[in-house]
Parts: sequence; structure tokens; C-alpha cells
Amino acid sequence: MDALNLSTSIDWAFIDKVAEESGGTPSLCYQCGNCTAGCPYTHYFDYPVSQVMRLLQMGQKETILSSKAIWLCATCETCTTRCPCEIDVAKIMDTLRIIARRENKISEKDVKLFYDSFLESMKAHGRLFEMGTLMAYNLKSGHFLADAELGPKVMQKGKVSLFPKNIVGKDKVAKIFTRFQEKAKKHG
Amino acid sequence: MADREYAYYSGCSLEGTAVEYDMSMREVFKALGLTLREPEDWSCCGSTPAHTVDHVFAAALAARNLSIIEKMGTQTVTVPCPSCLSAFKRAHLGMTGDESFKEKVNDLLDEPYNGGVNPKSTLQIMVEDIGLEAVGNKVTHALPDLVVAPYYGCILTRPPEIAQFDDPENPMSMDNILEAVGVRVSPFAFKLECCGAAFGVPKREMVNQLSSKVLSMAIDSGANCIAVACPLCQQNLDLRQSQVNSTMGTNFNIPILYFSQIVGLTYGLSPKALGLDKLIVSADHIVRSRITVQEMEQRKQAEIEKEKAAKAKPKKDEIKAEET
Repeated sequence: MDALNLSTSIDWAFIDKVAEESGGTPSLCYQCGNCTAGCPYTHYFDYPVSQVMRLLQMGQKETILSSKAIWLCATCETCTTRCPCEIDVAKIMDTLRIIARRENKISEKDVKLFYDSFLESMKAHGRLFEMGTLMAYNLKSGHFLADAELGPKVMQKGKVSLFPKNIVGKDKVAKIFTRFQEKAKKHG
Repeated sequence: MADREYAYYSGCSLEGTAVEYDMSMREVFKALGLTLREPEDWSCCGSTPAHTVDHVFAAALAARNLSIIEKMGTQTVTVPCPSCLSAFKRAHLGMTGDESFKEKVNDLLDEPYNGGVNPKSTLQIMVEDIGLEAVGNKVTHALPDLVVAPYYGCILTRPPEIAQFDDPENPMSMDNILEAVGVRVSPFAFKLECCGAAFGVPKREMVNQLSSKVLSMAIDSGANCIAVACPLCQQNLDLRQSQVNSTMGTNFNIPILYFSQIVGLTYGLSPKALGLDKLIVSADHIVRSRITVQEMEQRKQAEIEKEKAAKAKPKKDEIKAEET
């Protein structure tokens, strides 16, 4: 990482915002590295989770929100379980991802696209339509044949439906989405 | 044991790619005298994608279901899928522990959730409510050749403040259930190591690499089968096993069964009813190796006698040697 000039680059408001939204106290982290040692994804991260915590303490908003790490965290909860300071590290990673999404800083577009395809399916049908979610993802991501070889296997076993199953209250589920979006708009 | 009634939230994947988990769990609970009631018109819990959007929004998607269950008048909901369970527990604990969070969540719902439901995993019900002795009492069949690696996945027991069940570093509930039904369990060091979770589609290479470690460690522990309690773990290890083999240059061929399928086999339930034919990596040899408990006893007896005979034989040789 490049040298930082902390006198100009600390975003104090960002530190407070993450602490508030996650309900946690990132300032307690003393960089023991236990979270990173246990993280199964650290190999794929650009910044290991303990470094994300340090960057957060230093208010390095841009670096964190554009990192791949926050999107490649699978919320496996190993970090939270093992933190000696009882920091909910996974929730902080989750909060950082939420803020990145809000500010439209998406370093891992396919990951977000998959989550969005899942949620759109849920909004439309009330429950997840597995096949539809995969198809929507493949079309939007341009990975047209992702997992295509698995299709015949699951179909042969009668494990996937080709048609969605709409629940009676699907409108009520969709309303949760629209109410949330309206409130989010109102609060900026 | 008297009949007990529970709300049963199966979750979306148990209607699709994990249908055998639903089939086997229902069969096993029926055998144990539990009555399951499905919440009417339940919806998706939101799972991982929802909590990447907003915590209140994620809780609301889960709480719509908790509100339906609350109205059923059933206090406990049992949930087979760890991701659904985690979504329910987070919503429930968040809403009962923080009045303003509860208000924000209920603002997004038609019908409010008042905090009256206790979500529990199916493993928790079996260990705490039914008890290992009662679970073991139903056994009619043995699986003598089977050695199982119990795989819990990440979030069934984590984080401890949310899961409030079993040990977050060395869970034993599935080990204990499998041992209670007479199955041999291997000392599996990767019981909590992540399989790659929901990244199967967007980051397949990550899932293949992580799953390959889990499969390889299970085999190294002496297991010839992996037991799971999570639809996503099952999918990554079973359906994607061929992908793991082709990308990692491995040659795995190890069946991945839901723990409920193994329990069902020991209860003498039909393999078809337990959805064993739905597995991608065949478990036919496990089904074929099944014998009744009486046969197992006879085998053991025969073995003891064989050993006795073997011990007695050298004595004769010794006598002969002395004679010459």
C-alpha cells in the first residue's frame, strides 16, 4: 500500500458512521491478526480483514469502499467468533459493503449482480425461484453458460422447477422492498 | 415421548435443490413423534443477499415469517437451513433487544412481529427437546461400513451470541446424534471450515478451491461419507464435486448426505422416502450396506467367536510343538 498522509486523508465522519451503523466499536481492535488467521477468504482479499479494520480506524473511506475484500467476505463469522476484543468484525464488513452499495462503489460486480438477481426473484415471486435467478444472473453478467453443465444433473433428479411458484402474499413481500426504497430515498 | 408440535419453516432451497433435506427431515421428525406445521404462505428469509443491502430491510424479510408463525400460536419454529435460521435469529434478537430497531422493522411490514417466536435448528430440537436417548431408541438398522465426517459449515453455531447453541469452535451436536444412532464418526478437523458459501455462481473458482479442502480433509480423517446440515454446503460439496475434480485435478467420489438421511436410514426408513436417489454423488453402496440391528449383533457375535477360535488354535500348535 502507498504511504498515507493522515493529516489530510482521515475521514472522521466515516469512522463514526460505520461504528453507529454496525453497533460496534472498531476502535478496540489492536491488530492481533486473529481474524485474518482464521479467515478462509484472506487468500482472495486485496486487504486482509485486520488491515481493513486498521484502515477503518484511520478513516480511509475510499480505500475501504473500493476494496474487493468487503465483497468477497462470505460472512462465515470466524472473525467475529475469534476476536479477543469481542468486536463483531463480520458485521463491520457487512456494514462496509452496505455503505459501498449505497454509494455505488462496486468492486466485485458479479457478486453484487448475483445478490441482486436473488432479491429480484424474491420480490417477484415471494420465494426464491432458483432457476430464474441463475438465468437472470447469466444474462446480465454476460456469463451465459455459468453452471450450464450442472443443469441436466439437477433436472434429471427432479430438483429444479422450470417455472416459478408464486406465493399468495407476494405483493406483501414486494411492499417490503418498496417501503424500504421509499424510506431510503427520504433519508438520502 | 409425548407428541410435540412445532412450526416448521423449510425455506426456499428445500423446495428445490435441497428437496431431499426436507423429505428426510419430515420423515425423521415423524418417526420421533413430532407434529410439524408449515406457516401459511411463508416467504423467503432474504438470506445472504438481503443483509448486503440493509440490516433493517433484511430483518423485515425474515420477520414477515416470524409474524405469521407468531399468529399460529406455536412458540417454537424449527428451521433446517442455517441461513434461514440465522436470518430469523438476527431478526428476533435484534427486535427483542432494541425497541427502535423493532419499530423500524415493523414499519416495513403489514403485520408487526412482537417477539414471541423461538427459532431453533433441527439439530437443536433433536439434542435438546427430544434427547439423544430417544433419538437412539428408534434405531432398527445399522450401517457397519460407514465412517462419517460431520460437517457443520460456518453459521450453524456462529457467532455464539446469535446461534446460542453448541460450541462455536468444536460443535458436537451432529457428532452426538450420529453416534446415538450407532454410526461411526471420524475426527474431522474441518467441521467449520467454509465451503465457499453463496459464491458458487459468481466466484466458482473460490468455491471449488475451498470445497476441495473440505473434501480432502474429510477423506484424510478416515471418512467415506460427509454428513451436512446445510443446503448450500451440500450443493457445493455434492453437485459441484465434479467441478472440483475437473478444476483441481482431484478424483473425489464421496457421498454428501444430510444428517437426517443417515438418521432415517438407521430408523429403517425407505431410501426413496429419504430422497437418497436425489444425491448427485451416489450413496447406493451406503444403502446396500444397511443391515438390521439383529444381523449386526449376529455379525459381532460371530466375530467374537472367530477371535476366540483364533486364540485357541495356537495353543494346539504349541502342544504339537512340545510333543515333537
